[in-house]
Amino acid sequence: MSVRRLAKEQPESFAFTPETLEKVHWWIGKYPEGRQRSAVIPILWLVQKQEGWVSEPAIRTVADLLDLDVIRVLEVATFYTMFQLEPVGRAALIQVCGTTPCQLRGASALMETCKAEIGPKDRLSSDGLFTWQEVECLGACVNAPMAQINDLYFEDLTPESLKQIIAEFREGKTPKAGSYAGRRSSEPAGGPLTLLDESLYDGRLAKPITLPNRPEPAPKPAPAA
Amino acid sequence: MPKAKVNGKEIEFEPGLTVLQVAELAGEEIPRFCYHERLSIAGNCRMCLVEVKPGPPKPQASCALPAADGQEILTASPMVKKAREGVMEFLLINHPLDCPICDQGGECDLQDEAMGYGRDDSRYQENKRAVEEKYLGPLIKTVMTRCIQCTRCVRFAAEIAGAPEMGMIGRGEDAEITSYLETALTSELTGNLADICPVGALTHKPWAFNYRPWELRKTDSVDVMDALGSAIRVDARGPEVMRILPRVNEDINEEWISDKTRYVVDGLLRQRLDRPYIRQGGKLVEATWGQAFAAIAGRLRAAKPERVGLIAGDLQDAESMKAALDLFRSLGVANIDCRQDGSALGAGPRESWLFNTTIAGLEQADAVLLVGANPRREGALVNARLRKQWLRGKLQLGVIGEVADLSFEYSYLGAGAASLERLIGSDDGFAKTLNAASAPIFIVGAGVLARSDSGALLNLLGRAAQTFKVVRDDWNGWNVLHTAASRVGGLDLGFVPGPGGLSAPEMVQAANAGELDVLFLLGADEIDTEKLGDAFVVYLGTHGDAGAHRADVILPGAAYTEKPGLYVNTEGRVQLANRAVFPKGEAREDWAILRALSEAAGKRLPYDSLEQLRSRLMAEHPTFGRIDYVPGPTKAAGFDLSALGAPGAATEEPFRSPVSDYYLTNPIARASVTLAECSAMFSRRAPAIAAE
Ligand code: SF4
Ligand code: FES
Ligand code: FES
Repeated sequence: MSVRRLAKEQPESFAFTPETLEKVHWWIGKYPEGRQRSAVIPILWLVQKQEGWVSEPAIRTVADLLDLDVIRVLEVATFYTMFQLEPVGRAALIQVCGTTPCQLRGASALMETCKAEIGPKDRLSSDGLFTWQEVECLGACVNAPMAQINDLYFEDLTPESLKQIIAEFREGKTPKAGSYAGRRSSEPAGGPLTLLDESLYDGRLAKPITLPNRPEPAPKPAPAA
Repeated sequence: MPKAKVNGKEIEFEPGLTVLQVAELAGEEIPRFCYHERLSIAGNCRMCLVEVKPGPPKPQASCALPAADGQEILTASPMVKKAREGVMEFLLINHPLDCPICDQGGECDLQDEAMGYGRDDSRYQENKRAVEEKYLGPLIKTVMTRCIQCTRCVRFAAEIAGAPEMGMIGRGEDAEITSYLETALTSELTGNLADICPVGALTHKPWAFNYRPWELRKTDSVDVMDALGSAIRVDARGPEVMRILPRVNEDINEEWISDKTRYVVDGLLRQRLDRPYIRQGGKLVEATWGQAFAAIAGRLRAAKPERVGLIAGDLQDAESMKAALDLFRSLGVANIDCRQDGSALGAGPRESWLFNTTIAGLEQADAVLLVGANPRREGALVNARLRKQWLRGKLQLGVIGEVADLSFEYSYLGAGAASLERLIGSDDGFAKTLNAASAPIFIVGAGVLARSDSGALLNLLGRAAQTFKVVRDDWNGWNVLHTAASRVGGLDLGFVPGPGGLSAPEMVQAANAGELDVLFLLGADEIDTEKLGDAFVVYLGTHGDAGAHRADVILPGAAYTEKPGLYVNTEGRVQLANRAVFPKGEAREDWAILRALSEAAGKRLPYDSLEQLRSRLMAEHPTFGRIDYVPGPTKAAGFDLSALGAPGAATEEPFRSPVSDYYLTNPIARASVTLAECSAMFSRRAPAIAAE
């Protein structure tokens, strides 16, 4: 992690779109009167959904909306690394996991690919389409190496598949998320290896049992008149 | 009461105290950085670890742990010592250890605690972190690498100053203290940030690298920048005042002072009058004392007493006013006034011009009506008290006058006299609040008192105060917030026009019309000195400000740090200020100058020493005999509110605070470069408006 600052260049202003605003009010409504400030994190998140990043005018807008001192919103926005303080790629924000399991499974090769295809880390690409970052474990270690691209996980990546994905994003397509090794969710690669015995599932192994000390079933109440 | 054992010693304590406070009751000092008794508890520095039984077998942060009955508190056990050493080692990991070039050196909490708990070497071999400097305005210098993230400054800004603009951004090892977008704090209490910062991260920018604390001679004194009389300590080196710091005075300033009080220091060195001058052929030329006295005495003898005037300024001590009063009265002069602004207060009972509730008494108030007062500018620490009580949720405020950001919420009731009339007539809204209040308070600002219709306004205010029972048998909620440090002292002395005498504005008018021959300005600079006609003007004062520029003879006097003196603050509290340094050059203490002048004028004053002057002063005006005393809100005798002012019609002119520029209200402040910088900076900003 490094020092997080607001972007040098900031837009003039920020305004919620009507759709976002509707969600914003839904979040605010979740909190009791006088505690609206609790909605600050979800609302910053909605800002980021709308704009791709959190700008200074947006921080002020959120502070006004929640009647918070603007420095408090800045504190939150700079605390959480998931809030992007700089504009990110229009087509894709690629967050490559760089923690140990992914590292062991070839994360550095993925990062090399990103560097070659997109440019330096944490920097908007020259065409404005991509930003790539290295992040900590995203909890999909079973399918390492992986990257989160925009909102979805792309797993079991190889430099080739990642290159392909980037190319598709560049063409404006939406590549499919999930495992690129062809497995379903986090099933073992190459199909299941344990619990293969059919008899485990068809009830053959079940024995009738009597539970001790079970109360007599209560008589059904008479239906109400 | 619950009992606890501190290091084996049993001690009783009030329920609700923390372990740290109980340990202190027992006389044990607990090291701390983030804990400050006037701020909320953060518990983030971990320096205050102690061992508590029963409880988990680990050290606990005593500042955030409520003390319980039967607790055993160990503050010096091996576990505690080891734990604190660990905390200190961690704190020092990223601290630059640059004490030799740090302005906090010698009065740094971290330095002191490191002496007690630090290792004698470092085991840390990695790179230390460095933090970028932050801009916090013209008063506070930052060296953020020294910051230990105690967040005292953040809490001070948000809680006491009411300028919630500081915060900690980032996290972990990248956490940084900053103000929002690195702008200067919009507060009159900024300087206190450097006081509460336990390390050298926040220091005083105007004084950077100017002194080492152990070189300074420390003198307890009293501030004169506003009428509150905050307790200060004047630190001097040789003939020069190097800095002014707050002293604790729970009754007035707690432990804070306002920025003007603190940073006026460089004004004490600049623009000083250090020898007598006489105007010859339109130019001021240097003169001896003897020549100056002779020139004045000649004029005084030649002039009829009706054509002589005396005006005292805002920073005068009681002794000099007394000496001037005695001298001019003996000359038969009745044109005497200490109210440069033409304030209407000065007749009637003493209570009518005092801040009777007292500043500490504001903490008992439940409803406050501010009339024509902007306490933030006219008495920043009164504002801080109001905010303190408001934060407790027990105080409702109403304002008649200017709309301003006062750092608390208030109901805005209007701008002028009509709104006050309406309030008297109504019985809901804020009137209802006042009626229901058990301790209602009026704070009347100088903005109401110094107008042509002030008599009528005072009368109206008296009626309002009666309507809302602001003065009762057991409660006196009538408060006048003066802006001049000398005002209450002057009024107590009767430094007002004698029978048939002219008031200050009338004297200016008379001088302009050629009806006044001699005008003696005792440090008076806030009158229109351009319009004094051909009058022979004598200025006794300290700075080359408005008064000195117009003067025909200048007598160099002593500033408040250069003379012992009595000052009476707006509450009516008589306080003793001490001399920290000697007057500049040939300048002398004001009373001594007046004594010498009296001799030249053939009306020798009957005292040869300050002690004699004081004993006469106290004999004639017994209120001066009780230093540091005020009756307080509950003991103050009631007085007749209906006798205030004179019935009449008030104009519709809105109330305006007389302090338009907080930083430049007196000659000393106007000579200060630091305050000029502040003034330029804050007047450029659009004033933040928060109504309702
Ligand atoms: S700047 Fe000083 S007061 Fe503020 S957090 Fe850092 S050490 Fe504490
Ligand atoms: S280590 Fe990459 S997802 Fe956990
Ligand atoms: S003083 Fe207790 S944690 Fe800082």
